Amino acid sequence: MSSPILEMRNITKIFPGVTALDSVSLTVNEGEVHAICGENGAGKSTLIKVLSGVYPQGTYEGEVLIGGQEYTFSNTRDAEKLGIVCIHQELELIPELSVAENIFLGKYVSKLGIINWNEIYSRTRQLLKQVGLYREGSDATTRIVQPSDIIKQLGVGRQQLVEIAKALAREAKILILDEPTAALTEAEVDTLLGILEQLRKEGITCIYISHKLDEVIRIADRVTILRDGKTIGTDEIKNLEKGDIIRMMVGRELTNLFPYKEHKKKEKVLEVRDFCVKDPDIPSRMLIKNVSLEVYKGEILGISGLMGAGRTELFTSLFGAYQAENYGDIFIEGKKVAIKTPVDAISNGLALVTEDRKRFGLVLGMDIKENTTLASLEEVSNIGVINLNKEVVVTQELVEKLRTKTWGIEEKAKNLSGGNQQKLVLQKALLTRPKVLILDEPTRGIDVGAKLEIYKIMNQLVEEGVAIIIISSELEEVLGMSNRIYVMSEGKITGEFTAKEANQENIMHAAVGGIK
Amino acid sequence: MNPLKKYIKSINLRNYVMIAALLLIWIAFSYLTGGSFLLSRNISNLVRHMAVVGILGIGMVMVIITGNIDLSVGSVLGAMGGLAAVMHIWNGAGVYATIAVVLITSTLIGTIQGSIISFLKVPAFIVTLGGLLIFRGVQLGLTKGISIAPFAASYQKYGQAYIDKSIVWIMAIFACTVLVVLDFIKRKSRIKYDFTVPKISVFILKNAALSLLILFVAYILNSYRGLPMQVFIMVVLVIFFTFITQKTTFGRSIYAMGGNYEAALYSGIKVRRNLVIVYAINGLMAGIAGVIISARLNAGTPTAGNTMELDAIAAAVIGGTSMSGGVGKVYGAILGALFMASIDNGMSMMNIDAYWQYIVKGIILVVAVWFDIYSSKKS
Repeated sequence: MSSPILEMRNITKIFPGVTALDSVSLTVNEGEVHAICGENGAGKSTLIKVLSGVYPQGTYEGEVLIGGQEYTFSNTRDAEKLGIVCIHQELELIPELSVAENIFLGKYVSKLGIINWNEIYSRTRQLLKQVGLYREGSDATTRIVQPSDIIKQLGVGRQQLVEIAKALAREAKILILDEPTAALTEAEVDTLLGILEQLRKEGITCIYISHKLDEVIRIADRVTILRDGKTIGTDEIKNLEKGDIIRMMVGRELTNLFPYKEHKKKEKVLEVRDFCVKDPDIPSRMLIKNVSLEVYKGEILGISGLMGAGRTELFTSLFGAYQAENYGDIFIEGKKVAIKTPVDAISNGLALVTEDRKRFGLVLGMDIKENTTLASLEEVSNIGVINLNKEVVVTQELVEKLRTKTWGIEEKAKNLSGGNQQKLVLQKALLTRPKVLILDEPTRGIDVGAKLEIYKIMNQLVEEGVAIIIISSELEEVLGMSNRIYVMSEGKITGEFTAKEANQENIMHAAVGGIK
Repeated sequence: MNPLKKYIKSINLRNYVMIAALLLIWIAFSYLTGGSFLLSRNISNLVRHMAVVGILGIGMVMVIITGNIDLSVGSVLGAMGGLAAVMHIWNGAGVYATIAVVLITSTLIGTIQGSIISFLKVPAFIVTLGGLLIFRGVQLGLTKGISIAPFAASYQKYGQAYIDKSIVWIMAIFACTVLVVLDFIKRKSRIKYDFTVPKISVFILKNAALSLLILFVAYILNSYRGLPMQVFIMVVLVIFFTFITQKTTFGRSIYAMGGNYEAALYSGIKVRRNLVIVYAINGLMAGIAGVIISARLNAGTPTAGNTMELDAIAAAVIGGTSMSGGVGKVYGAILGALFMASIDNGMSMMNIDAYWQYIVKGIILVVAVWFDIYSSKKS
C-alpha cells in the first residue's frame, strides 16, 4: 500500500516567456488518493499533461517513473498503455453515441472488422456496475443506466461516472481526475466520492485535482501543494488543517509591481440586487446565485475567485452578452435599467473588456481605427455615413492616450502584440464613454511592461471618474490594484474586503468557500 | 523601392491579378476568333450578358461578407419575372405598378428569409435551399408552365433599350470629373492626417488612366448602339452599394459581423437586424434582375433564372469574396461576372460546345479560391 507507483522527478516545463513547472516532483503511492492543490496557474494542469502524455517527451525536462522504471511517452496512447488515464474537466464523451459506444470508443471488440456488440454490452454492464450505475435484476422503477442509453440524455454527474467506467475499460491503474466536481450538484459529488472510495479499495490509484478543499480533506490520503510551478510540499492529509493548505497555496511575497493608489470614492454608480444566472447547459443548475453588489464612482473594484467561480458568467450576463437566462435588478446611478443585449449595456454606460480579446474583443482582419470605433460608430458618423476624418481624429487621440504602439492606425489588429491588442480593446471600450468599465483578466498573456501601463491607465481612468471593475485570477493583481474586493465562490459572493483588510489568506479562504 | 512600386504593393494585389487575367483571356479570345471578340458589337453583347449576374453578385457579396449564403436568388428572380408577366400581361396592370409590386415582393421575400435565419437560427444554407425550391414552385405555378408574352414596350426597355450616345458621353465625362475630384479630396485629407500618399505623379497617372478607361469604354459602347439600359442599372447599383459598404455604419457593421460575429455582438452592433437588412437587399437585387430578364426575354418563363444563384456565388467568389466572411468588395462581383461572361462569350464565338463552358468556369472558380488561399498564406 505504501510503495510508490508513480514518481515524477524534477519536471521542468517552459512555455515561451513562462516557466510553467520549475523542477516539480511528485510521488504517488499505490492505491492512495493523492490530491494536488494550488491556485489558478500554479501548474497543476501542466503537470497532469506531462504525466498523461499530452506534452510528449522532449518538450519538458525531468523523469517519469512508473513502478520504479523510467518511461517516456510520445502521446496519450503511450500513457494509457501503462494504465494512466486522465479525465479532464471538460468531459470527452460523444453526446450522440450510446454509453457502450463511448466506453469502448476506439477499442471495439471485433473480429475481421466486425464489432461483437454482445461482448461489448456485457462488459459495459460490468463496468457500469463497478461505478454504481447499474444493478442486476433491478426493475424499471430503480433508476439505472443501460449500455444503450444515449450520453446526452444523462446528467453531468452520470456522464462523469461513465467517464470513469471508460477509464476502467482502458484498465486504468492510475486515474487522474481534473476538477471532477466543478459542474456537479452536492448529491452527485457525494456519489462520485463514494465511487472513488470504492475504487481505492479495489486498488486503483487516484490523482485528484480540486479547488474544493472540503472534498480534498474528505477523500485524499495525501496532498501535494503547488505554487508558481514549484512543489511547496507533500503531506498526509491527517496532519493538515484547511488553513495550512491555504497558507501553502498562497504564501507568496508581494512584489511592488503595482502602482496602487487610494482613490476618492464618490457616489454609487452601479448596483445589482439578487442577480441569478442559469446554467445554459443544465437548466436545473444556477451558475450565479442571488448576487448583490455595489460599485462606486472613483474606485477600482477587484473581483477574485478561483476558476469556475462564475466571475466571467456574472459580468458577461450583466453586460447582456451571456447566452443564458438571468433575473435580478440592475440600477445605474439609482435608476433601474433592463439590459438584454450589449446594445442596452453600452447605452447605459457599461463597457466590457472580455478575457478572450481575440474571440470577443477584436475583428483581427480590421485595422486599428475600424476596431476602435466599432462600438461607437454613431459617434463618428452623420445619418449613418461614417466621417472618416473624425474616425481618424478620435482614434489618434486614444492611441496617444493609451500609448498604443503601432506604425499607423491603418495597421491590422492581427499584427499587434498581445499588450497592444489589449490596449486596442481598451480604446474601443473607452470610446463608448463608459461609467463602469469591466476588465476581465486585462493582463492575461501580456508582458510585464505592458501590464504596468495598463495599471497606470486604470488609475488615470478612475481619476477621470470612471468606476473600474477588475476581474483577475491573479491574487496579487487584485490585491495590488483594488480599493475594494469581492470574492466569489461557486456562483456566490463569499467575501468583501477593503484594501486594508484584504490579504492573500482571507481572500483564499473566501475563494474556497470557507466563509459562509 | 520607387514610389510607384510601393504604391502598387500597398493596394490590393489580387484585383490586379484579376484584371491581368481578364486582359489575358481577352487577348487570347481575340487571337482565336480572328479579332471579332473585341468588336464593339461583341463587347456590347458581353456586358449585357454579364449585367444580371453582376446585379445578383452585388447582393450576394454582402450576404457572403456576413458569413452566410443565399441559394434562393435564381428562383426568386424567376418567380418575380413570372409575377410581372401575370400582373402585366394577363391582368393588365400598369408597367410601373407591376415593377413596384415585384420589387416590394422580392424585398419582402428576402426579409422573411433573413428573419428566419437571424431570429429563428435556422442555418442560411437550409432556409435558402428551401427558398430555392419554394420559389421555383411559385414560378412554375404562376406561369402555369408556359411562356407569357409579350410585355409593353415601356417594360421591355429595361432589358433591351440603349441609352443615347450623347448622354453616354456626358455621363462618362461627369464620371471622370467626380472620380478625380473625390480622389483629390481623399488625398488631401490623408495628407492632413499624415498618412502615406502616392507621389503626385503617380496620383495623376492613376487618375488619367482610369479616366481614359472610362472614356474608352464609352467610346466602344457608342461605336455600337450606346450604353445598354441593364448595364446602366448595374453600374448605378454598384456605385450605390460600394458607397453603402465602404462608407456607412451599416457597411462597417456587416464586415465586422463576418470578420468576428461575437466581437461585433459584444460591441453593441445590431447583428440580427443587420442580417435581415442584408437579405432584404439581396431579395431586392433578385427582383431587379427578374424585371431585367423578363424584359430582355419579353416574357415571363417557367425556366428563367435557373441555377443563376450559383453564377452569382461564383461571381462573388471569383471577385475575391471570402466564403468565411468579412472579406470582399461589391465591385469584385462585377469583375467576377465579367470574367465568367467573357469565357461564355469567347468560347461560344469559337464554336466550342456549351458543356466546355461549364467545365472551364468550374476550374476557374477552384483556381481563383486556391490563389486566394495561397497568396494570403504567403503574405
